[in-house]
Amino acid sequence: MRRAWYALLVLPFAGTLIPPLYNHARPALFGLPFFYWYQLAWVPVTAAILGLVISLTRKRSDV
Amino acid sequence: MSSAAVVLAVAVLSVTALGFFAARWGGANLSDLEQWALGGRSFGTIVSWFLLGGDLYTAYTFIAVPALVYGVGALGFFAVPYATVAYPIALVVLARFWGIARRRGYVTTADFVRDRYGDRTLEIAIALTGVVAAMPYVALQLVGMRAVFGRFSGLGATGSFLALTAAFVLLAAYTYTSGLRAPAMIAFVKDTLIYVTVIAAIAVIPIRLGGWPHIFALSQAVLARRPHAPSIYLKPAQYFTYATMAFGSALSLFIYPHSITSVLAARSREVIRRNAALLPIYSLLLGLLALLGYCAVAAGIVTKDASTVVPALFARYFPDWFDGVADAAIVIGALVPAAIMCIGAANLFASNVFREFSPRRTPVETHVAKILTLVMCAFALLFIFFVPVPFAIDFQLLGGALMLQIFPAFVLGLWTRWFHPKALLAGWACGLVASCAMAYAGGFTSNYTLHAFGGSLTGFIAFYGLLLNLLVSAILTVLLRAVRLDAGMDRTSAGDFA
Repeated sequence: MRRAWYALLVLPFAGTLIPPLYNHARPALFGLPFFYWYQLAWVPVTAAILGLVISLTRKRSDV
Repeated sequence: MSSAAVVLAVAVLSVTALGFFAARWGGANLSDLEQWALGGRSFGTIVSWFLLGGDLYTAYTFIAVPALVYGVGALGFFAVPYATVAYPIALVVLARFWGIARRRGYVTTADFVRDRYGDRTLEIAIALTGVVAAMPYVALQLVGMRAVFGRFSGLGATGSFLALTAAFVLLAAYTYTSGLRAPAMIAFVKDTLIYVTVIAAIAVIPIRLGGWPHIFALSQAVLARRPHAPSIYLKPAQYFTYATMAFGSALSLFIYPHSITSVLAARSREVIRRNAALLPIYSLLLGLLALLGYCAVAAGIVTKDASTVVPALFARYFPDWFDGVADAAIVIGALVPAAIMCIGAANLFASNVFREFSPRRTPVETHVAKILTLVMCAFALLFIFFVPVPFAIDFQLLGGALMLQIFPAFVLGLWTRWFHPKALLAGWACGLVASCAMAYAGGFTSNYTLHAFGGSLTGFIAFYGLLLNLLVSAILTVLLRAVRLDAGMDRTSAGDFA
C-alpha cells in the first residue's frame, strides 16, 4: 500500500507539539538553548520527511 | 534625502513598473477570471514557490513574530512549530483540493462547498468568513509599511501618510490591471530582498551583541524584571497554550483566501506537493528572525509599539543604505500579500456572493472581481487610518479564529459527505459566536482560560471554537439524518477527487 507512507507525516506533530519534551536549556548548540535549536531543527527534518513521502506516493499521472 | 530613503523609493517604483508590466506576462486575455485571478493556473514549481512564500510569509509576519518574542518570550516562538506542522497538512489537504478544483473549475473554497453540499446559505457563510478574515489582514500589512515610513522623520506625519497612501493606490492600480500576475512577479523581488536582509541580520547582529549565549542570558534577566515575568522557556501552564496555538494556526493557514488563490494558480498537483516540501525553507528564515526578538531585548531597545522593534534593530546595526534595502524588503513584503489577499477576497465575493446570475464565468464576473479588489484596498486603507493599531491586531487574531470555522465544511468535506449542510452551518455559527465571545471576555487576547472539573486550561481561542464547531456539526448531523431532513445535492463524484 503506497498510501501507508502518509503515516510518516505524524512525526512532525509528535516532535513539535509536546513542549515538555524540549522545554530545556541543555544541551545547547551554537549558543542556542535546546528549546530553540530543537524546534528549528524540525523544520529541515519535516521538509525531508515530506520529500520522502512525496517521492514514495507519486502517482504515474503526476508530473 | 538619506540613502535609505533613496533605496526604498527606487525599490518601490521599480516593483510598481514590474506590477504593470506583469499584464503582458504570457500574453493572456485578462478579462477571463481564471487568467486575471489565478494567472491562468499556469505557475510551475519555482514561480509557485516564490508566490506562496511571498504570500504566506508576509511583512507583518516578519515584524510581528520577533515583536511577540520580544514581548512575551518563549511563547512567541510558537510560530516555528506552527510553520513546521502546516506543511504536512498542506501536502494532504491542498493536493486533494487542487485536484478537484482543477477538474471542476473552482476559483474559491466556497465554490467547492456549493458543489459538495448544494446549500446556498452555507456557500455564502463560507465566502463571507473569508472576506471578513482577509480585511484586517490586509490592514496589518499597512501597519508594517507604516512602521517603516514612520521612521523617516523627514517625511513628517503628513508625508508618511501620503507615502503610505501613494504606495497603496499604486498597488490597487496594478492589481486591477494585471491580477495575480502582478504579485507573482513582484514576489521574486520581495523574497530575494527578505532573504538578503534576514541572512545579513543573523550574520551581523548577534555578533555585535556579544554572541548567542550572552543574548539569551541577558534576555532572561531583562524579561524576568518585566510585569508577569515572561521567560525564554515555557511555564508548564503554557504548554497547552503553545501547542494549541501552533496546531490551530497551522490548520487555518492554508484555508485563508490568499493561500487558496496562490495554490490554485499552480500548474499541476505535483507543483503543490513539491512546494509542501520546499516552502519550509521560509520557516527556517522565520525561526531565525524570531530570535531577533531577543537581540532587541539584549540591545536594550525599549518601545511601546512592538511593531517598530525590527525596523529599530535594523536602523541601529545596518549602514544607512542597507537599512534602505531592509525597509524595501518590509514594504514590498507587505505589498505582495496585500495584493493577493485583495484578489482572494474579491474572488469570494464575486463568485459566491454576487454570483448565480450566470452559470458560466463570464467577463462580467471578472469585472466585478476587479472592482471589488479596489474596494478591498480602499477598506484596508480606511481601516488603518481610523482603527488604532492594537485593534487591527486584535481583529486579525479574531480573523484567524473565524477562518478556522470553515474547516469542517471545507477540509473535512474533501473526504466525507457525512455532515449535513445545515448542521455544518449551525456548527460554523456556534464556533463563530463562541470565538468572538471568548475573545471579548479575555480582553482580545488569542487565548482563553477554560475552567472545568475543578481545573483550568488556557488554550488558543480558535482551537476551542473549532472543537465546539465539530461537536455541534456532528450531533446535529445525527439528529437531522434521523428526521430525514433533505441533505442537499452533491454534484461531485468520487472520480473528481482521484
